[in-house]
Amino acid sequence: MTPLLQVKGIEKHYGARIGCKDVSFDLYPGEVMGIVGESGSGKSTLLNCLAGHLDSDAGQVIFDTRADGPVDTLQMSEPERRMLGRTDWAFVHQHARDGLRMSVSAGGNIGERLMAVGDRHYGDIRDKAIDWLGRVEIAESRVDDRPTAFSGGMQQRLQIARNLVTGPRLVFMDEPTGGLDVSVQARLLDLLRGLVREMGLSAIIVTHDLAVVRLLADRLMVMKDGHVVEAGLTDQVLDDPQHAYTQLLVSSVLQV
Amino acid sequence: MSEYNFAYLDEQTKRMIRRAILKGLAVPGYQVPFASREMPMPYGWGTGGVQVSAATLTPEDTFKVIDQGADDTTNAVSIRKFFENTAGVAVTEETEKATVIQTRHRIPEAELTEDQILVYQVPIPEPLRFLEPRETETRKMHSLEEYGLMHVKLYEDISQHGDIATSYAYPVMVQDRYVMDPSPIPKFDNPKLEMSAIQLFGAGREQRIYAVPPHTKVVSLDFEDYPFEATKADHACDLCGAENSYLDEVILDDAGNRMFVCSDTDYCRSRRAAGHVGRLGTEDAA
Amino acid sequence: MIELENVSKSFTLHNQGSAVIPVMERANLKVNPGECVALTGASGAGKSTLMRVIYGNYLAASGRVMVGGLDVARAEPREILALRRETLGYVSQFLRVVPRVPTLEVVAEPLLAVGVDKAKALDKAAGLLARLNIPERLWALSPTTFSGGEQQRVNIARGFAHEYPAMLLDEPTASLDVTNRETVLSLIEEAKARDTAIVGIFHDVEARQRVCDREVNVSQFTPEAA
Repeated sequence: MTPLLQVKGIEKHYGARIGCKDVSFDLYPGEVMGIVGESGSGKSTLLNCLAGHLDSDAGQVIFDTRADGPVDTLQMSEPERRMLGRTDWAFVHQHARDGLRMSVSAGGNIGERLMAVGDRHYGDIRDKAIDWLGRVEIAESRVDDRPTAFSGGMQQRLQIARNLVTGPRLVFMDEPTGGLDVSVQARLLDLLRGLVREMGLSAIIVTHDLAVVRLLADRLMVMKDGHVVEAGLTDQVLDDPQHAYTQLLVSSVLQV
Repeated sequence: MSEYNFAYLDEQTKRMIRRAILKGLAVPGYQVPFASREMPMPYGWGTGGVQVSAATLTPEDTFKVIDQGADDTTNAVSIRKFFENTAGVAVTEETEKATVIQTRHRIPEAELTEDQILVYQVPIPEPLRFLEPRETETRKMHSLEEYGLMHVKLYEDISQHGDIATSYAYPVMVQDRYVMDPSPIPKFDNPKLEMSAIQLFGAGREQRIYAVPPHTKVVSLDFEDYPFEATKADHACDLCGAENSYLDEVILDDAGNRMFVCSDTDYCRSRRAAGHVGRLGTEDAA
Repeated sequence: MIELENVSKSFTLHNQGSAVIPVMERANLKVNPGECVALTGASGAGKSTLMRVIYGNYLAASGRVMVGGLDVARAEPREILALRRETLGYVSQFLRVVPRVPTLEVVAEPLLAVGVDKAKALDKAAGLLARLNIPERLWALSPTTFSGGEQQRVNIARGFAHEYPAMLLDEPTASLDVTNRETVLSLIEEAKARDTAIVGIFHDVEARQRVCDREVNVSQFTPEAA
């Protein structure tokens, strides 16, 4: 089986400071990988390098494209990379307002990616938007409301619908449950889990919340000071952490 | 007025503007930045159009200015006088006689010829601005032909109004490449954008010039199930009886009486001169 | 089917003076298809540790942990995930599920994961829940609100939904009444009959004697006090 994503030696510096260094891993179709670590550990830098939002200083991010097989996305031209960002890739931001158009209705937000890839039938676009609202548990009657009228949890669900409507194969998520109430988080996680399974999505989820990765991620990568200190099966890393930092991280979580 | 250079602007400035115009004609629909000058009139009064006209006019030209189709509004009169004074060119109100026509918000009803230039005044040249406020981003979207957002605007129209309610400044795709704002002309005029004359668009405050060369393909954006429609008031002109010209609605009193008249005053006048009479018109009008 | 060779396991507590705690040494174990082996030994002797090492939940320090041809001690995460999906089942003592998912789907999930048709999977799940006396009116509810005994039975139903060639059972009969205990024991016997290799922890001596072919005392793997 060809990995969907092969990351090789990704490196990013901010002047003399290391953003992330020597990060390599393979992600296979249907796999969900969590990246955990404290603030400043380089996990968001890494995610943004992988998604092409930040320029890496070294390394390769090889994606198994539908048309041409494995291609280093860092060497792609900008139009190609942006096209990938609208079709096979999706990016869920921590703050929904970074990923939504706040002045456009929920239906328009979901429809944008469809129209961006050439859908030109209003009725079809709207039907798909309504279908996706249902899948993220937002009432059909809200299709013409703007996200400004939505709660935080609804905005986040709308962002997910907007991202998944074109059936991407790889989703990047940056703290998708950050800033939400615990009960809202649980619902969102449950929803994400269902969608990931149902659509056979591969995902890379950055979070500092170990409960999130236990629930969502098959695999885990632990980062500290820009380096990957430990990686493995999620339950193995959490239940039998090998590295000092991971042990500290795991033991720091309050038991409930 | 011999103290002024021909058509007010100095020759270097006109050269700079002409280069922008030529580039615009070479890349139809593409917004060319130019160093817009201060003009002796406020932004929003047509400073972009005036600069393009100034760079386009030659002493042999005949100049016409219309504002919402009319030759006799303050704005049109002022700009016409401005070039009468600073360029000494002949002026006219007759569409057929003009070689350069500066317009705000309309395309004349009479079909223009390849010997004519139509200069539009443009307030906001960026059709994507409504949804994407960042200029850096909209430029990238143009360069990469990422126009999904333009349809989001039309989608929003239909979802909120039941059909595409955008009735002016209706976005078009030029020669299968650039999405362009045709300036705030009514969408009734959109089909006329495919014409024999040269069309130049000037935005003074926004410092952009763009152009549509003669016989260029200009397609109004739409959805398969909500096709573009060039609409007008469902009446005939009350003065000249024209049934296929764009109409202005004029309220006559506070009892609900109104009349519809051609927005293109020259068109209406010439029809009445040729003997056409509308519902409220008289034989001996104009 | 399951074969451990010279497996050792120790914990290094980096945040407590890097104390190294050896918990298992030279563990050897072989379980053939259709065989059920009970792990015995005093509490703390390492029964659960051994099970977790086999499941890949704990990382073996050395040795080989072969399950269905895969060395769990060295396998890639995705290989272990595939092993857990297809080959190796684990019935723990506690049910761990996502809130809001109905009981019937919780039980059917392992079948769906291996690609069984949804209707068929739900059908099989319903059969198991019925056998384990979970009232049908509860099937549409999430098991998170169920009593301890009910959760345990849902957990067993889920564990036996897919017919794994190898299974790990951690106290499967604990806290069950006589009828349900009997059902679980027959489920184990049925699994053995279709050649499932089983490793289990049974404090219930009677149950152990009934289903297990032999016992392995894990105390023999406990390292000498250093």
